[in-house]
Amino acid sequence: MLELKDISFTVDVPDGQKEILKNVNLTIGDGFTALTGPNGGGKSTLAKIIAGIYTPTSGRILLDGVDITDMSISERAAEGISFAFQQPVRFKGICVMDLVRFASGRDIGVGEACDYLSKVGLCAREYINREVNASLSGGELKRIEIAQIIARKTKFSIFDEPEAGIDLWSFQNLIQVFENMRKTVNGSILIISHQERILDIADRIAVVADGKISAEGTKEEILPGLLGKSSVCSVLTESM
Amino acid sequence: MDQLEKNLLKEIADLHDIPVGAYNIRTNGESAARNSTANIQIVSKAEKNGIDIIIQPGTKNESVHIPVILTQSGLVETVYNDFYIGEDCDVTIVAGCGIHNGGCSTAEHDGIHAFHVGKNAVVRYVEKHYGQGVGEGKKVMNPTTLVFLEEGAHLEMETTQIGGVDSTERKTEATVGDKATLIIKEKVLTEGKQVAKSDFTVNLNGVNSSANVISRSVAKGDSYQIFLSRMNGNNACNGHTECDAIIMDHGKVDAIPEVSANDINASLIHEAAIGKIAGEQLIKLMTLGLSEEEAEAQIVSGFLK
Repeated sequence: MLELKDISFTVDVPDGQKEILKNVNLTIGDGFTALTGPNGGGKSTLAKIIAGIYTPTSGRILLDGVDITDMSISERAAEGISFAFQQPVRFKGICVMDLVRFASGRDIGVGEACDYLSKVGLCAREYINREVNASLSGGELKRIEIAQIIARKTKFSIFDEPEAGIDLWSFQNLIQVFENMRKTVNGSILIISHQERILDIADRIAVVADGKISAEGTKEEILPGLLGKSSVCSVLTESM
Repeated sequence: MDQLEKNLLKEIADLHDIPVGAYNIRTNGESAARNSTANIQIVSKAEKNGIDIIIQPGTKNESVHIPVILTQSGLVETVYNDFYIGEDCDVTIVAGCGIHNGGCSTAEHDGIHAFHVGKNAVVRYVEKHYGQGVGEGKKVMNPTTLVFLEEGAHLEMETTQIGGVDSTERKTEATVGDKATLIIKEKVLTEGKQVAKSDFTVNLNGVNSSANVISRSVAKGDSYQIFLSRMNGNNACNGHTECDAIIMDHGKVDAIPEVSANDINASLIHEAAIGKIAGEQLIKLMTLGLSEEEAEAQIVSGFLK
């Protein structure tokens, strides 16, 4: 279980300071939680604060009761937090196999890497020796990113807009990947998404808008309200 | 051969013992072992230090190893090795130099290699430079490589300097004939106060000749590297040169491209990128559980792979 207590995050901008997150309180239990809301509302910032990429201006983060606020990215990774990037990072020379191996934390063989890659619909033989660079498509990079999270087997996995930048065909496969993950989930999955089909497989949904949690509850409580209006943005504006 | 020499041999030529096929192992200024084969003759030069390597036309799937090992502090040598590769050959040549300098005098090996590659021959040339030893004496290597490619010839050169060489100035000059192809892949890592200079000149003289010079380098500590690449398109040709460098600590890199199109059908491209390791690459690997230092080491080793 992850607890965010009074998390605020302020950044310097040319004409002063901007508050990206304002006293966010949220508890994320086991199962599948979706984080949704308008662009620029603070979702990705919140995810990066959990992973340790950003340090909150104030507030505390507890993972299973342990205060991880002052831990580095690596220390949080060791504590059991995984983070799938919205835009997967590219490298020169580092191969798919290298990343899957780092993710698993062991010197795994091709067979095990194949298990992880096949879960995201990739044939390991074609991919393990490919460099993680621009020669891979956006969809391929996204799936490789997800395979790493599967390989990590951590108790808290964050996916930052897994559907962003992938084509329709890949999207169908992506939904299947998350549906399978939903069935076998062991721990917490936090997924940032705008997609109805992803929100539909969540147990709980939290809506982030203007740096605050504007709504939070079970899928049954939250989703109808989001879908019933012409756009998510207007729903959020009205609900605030 | 003692254990020290065997270790150097392993570093520069991946050899655990005496290689198969033709070879010449030069240790501290003398030929320590040599073997010619039916198709590959190795003969000493009469008038100066060095050897001629003559590969008969049509020789396929054979290799030549000519490693050089220096363990004697203060030894400075210049060696001339000339390769004559016959038409239609397909061969691998492995050279390289390992210096162990445990003393306080400079140990230096300047290898001057000339490759005369016959029509339609295919050559893979692998060269590794490596230095070790805690003595104050410098480990210096200044290789010169001259390449002459006849019609349809193909030479792929992989040159690697992974550490321990205090000072190097590597000069490569190539003349590429009709339909001939030259590919050079250079990898350099410098640290401490090391200095490495690479100087490539490629003359694309032949019709439909092509060349691709790719350099990847990492400059750590207070080291300094300079990459010069001149590509002269003197005919209908394709040339591409690329320098990609990572700088760390106080490392410095200069990349100086020069492409000259002297023919209306010459097509030449230069690319250069120098910078420190991208922060997002470090963050990504740290989210997988690596420490910052581990992430940095993996990024560098992947880059130079």
